Amino acid sequence: MPHKTFLWFILPSLAAMVLFIALPIFSVFVQSLYVEHDQVLITTENCGPFGCKQETTVDVEATQILKDQAPLGKFNGFQTYSNRSHLAFAELTQAWSTATNARDFFGQILNLPFYKALAFTLTYTFVVTPFVIVIGLGIALGVNALPAKIKGPTIFVSLLPMIVTPLIGSLILFWMIDAQGILGATLQRLFNDNALSLKASPSLTWVMLFVYGVWHSAPFSFIVFYAGLQSVPSETLEAAMIDGASRWQRVRYVVIPYLTPLVTFITLMQLMDNFRVFEPIVGFSASANATSLSWIIFNDLRGQDSQLFGSAAATSMLTILGVAILLTPVLIRTWREFNSKTV
Amino acid sequence: MTPRSQRKSPLLALLSFGFVALWVLIASVPFLWTLWGSFKVQGDFFSKADWTNALYGVRTLVETGGTFTGNGYEGAWIEQEFWRATLNTAIVVFFTVTISLTLGTLGGYALARSGYRYAFWLLMIALVFRAMPHITLVSGYLLPFFQWNIWGHLSTTIIVLVAINQPFTLWMLHSFFLNIPKDMDESAMVDGCTRFQAFRHVIIPVMWPGVITTGLFSFLLAYNDFAVTAMLLSQDNQTMVPKIASFLGTTQVEGNVMYAVAAVVSATAPLFVLVMVFQRQIVSGLTAGAVKG
Repeated sequence: MPHKTFLWFILPSLAAMVLFIALPIFSVFVQSLYVEHDQVLITTENCGPFGCKQETTVDVEATQILKDQAPLGKFNGFQTYSNRSHLAFAELTQAWSTATNARDFFGQILNLPFYKALAFTLTYTFVVTPFVIVIGLGIALGVNALPAKIKGPTIFVSLLPMIVTPLIGSLILFWMIDAQGILGATLQRLFNDNALSLKASPSLTWVMLFVYGVWHSAPFSFIVFYAGLQSVPSETLEAAMIDGASRWQRVRYVVIPYLTPLVTFITLMQLMDNFRVFEPIVGFSASANATSLSWIIFNDLRGQDSQLFGSAAATSMLTILGVAILLTPVLIRTWREFNSKTV
Repeated sequence: MTPRSQRKSPLLALLSFGFVALWVLIASVPFLWTLWGSFKVQGDFFSKADWTNALYGVRTLVETGGTFTGNGYEGAWIEQEFWRATLNTAIVVFFTVTISLTLGTLGGYALARSGYRYAFWLLMIALVFRAMPHITLVSGYLLPFFQWNIWGHLSTTIIVLVAINQPFTLWMLHSFFLNIPKDMDESAMVDGCTRFQAFRHVIIPVMWPGVITTGLFSFLLAYNDFAVTAMLLSQDNQTMVPKIASFLGTTQVEGNVMYAVAAVVSATAPLFVLVMVFQRQIVSGLTAGAVKG
């Protein structure tokens, strides 16, 4: 296709992506270098019969004028990145020098908002992804062995957790595990502990969010594996059987090699999707015990009286950096494959 | 008859059947439970004393005089004006899907037919864009949108959702167009068509299965979105998902959790219908990217 025709075909789509994805990333970067204006303070001296005292008040008008003149705020360089809510270099150094052992050191670090969110996001990503793959494969093998008549309805039901709006899905589970919901109340009775609440303990909250993540994403890997199983030729399986391969050996040496490329695909998709975990934290009201990178950006932007654009932008840049690191191996691989194909 | 290679020992068969049965329960019971419970009062749905209350509606009978009640739905739809949010969702979803498919088919077709290296790079960049957490983009939109006074409108959100949708739409349609033989449009061009005429008369008539599948996923993205719609829409223009999130803040205080439950069930119903009608297309769409590598 000539360059010119190509350009005309791709132009609308490209324009949309440049305007609303590439430029915002740039705008986020610029925003992250600025910080909100300080409030303009006026100090007045009130002299009364009992002497003079100084009073400080906020000059609302002047603050507003300042905001209107420079909506971005004042230039702050990279200081937002290094402050306590982000990379917190000062706090890190302090923790390093005061901490008595590794446990104490990590305890101190995990109290810093950015590292707390990063820890949860990474744990979520790397716990949920393998579980999704293994459970999805299990379901696919199981469904594949079902009689044809009930396959359809089974697939229908299996799709539901994935198709449902993440926020709604997490609410549905949240209401069930609520202390007064069916699962929460049953657990309390089982353990005979009326104070048992999945919401109160940090580790149980994490587990709850992991369970939601697996519940939500397992159908995706199930469907992909299921389709992959259909493409395993039965002749090869027959041949392996004639050669005396046991059932396990057939799965190990015939079926699994067919599914390996699918594992790569699912891992890639899951890493991307799990890294931006956000809705379940809102749905489960879990922000006291578990925050993710996306959630702290959301929290900065939603601020009641003032939205912290600079802070949100800095976290966004760090998140984008994380995505880039996560994707690098994939991109390098695809690039190599592409080159080997064309040469 | 199943081939001999797929026959299993009875124990293994039982185990694998049990596993699937367990999964089906885990996948479906939360939905059934919430659907059933949405017709009860809060005292039953959140019954600490005895969970079977929710099944039989003991408190519901006491409070309303029947074992089923539509109070939650009435409160959500009429009192809290959930119908307005539903209407907004319909508008946003309809335009997002239509516009993204229009842009996506043109772009995807071009990417599939261009043999040049830059087409590959565009796809790679699209992949990186697809991985961007949506909320990071939103933090870039807010300030400019406030400045230009376009914050809060449905149309702004539609354009943003279209753009966020593009990387995925491009990838998916690109792989569908790769499956349509090149000879078809090229022979039309040999016969004197321009590239666009070939696209219009030869490709468009055969591309619908791919477009429908891609459309389903665009629909899901727009319908399920929370990050963009929650941050970019004003109170009056809220769509269903942010509306439900805002229910949580207000209704939990007033003891009207059942409004939120009813709203959740209402918002899930269209998705059920969608899966029922388009199950085959969804399955083929999920696997389209995977099987081709």
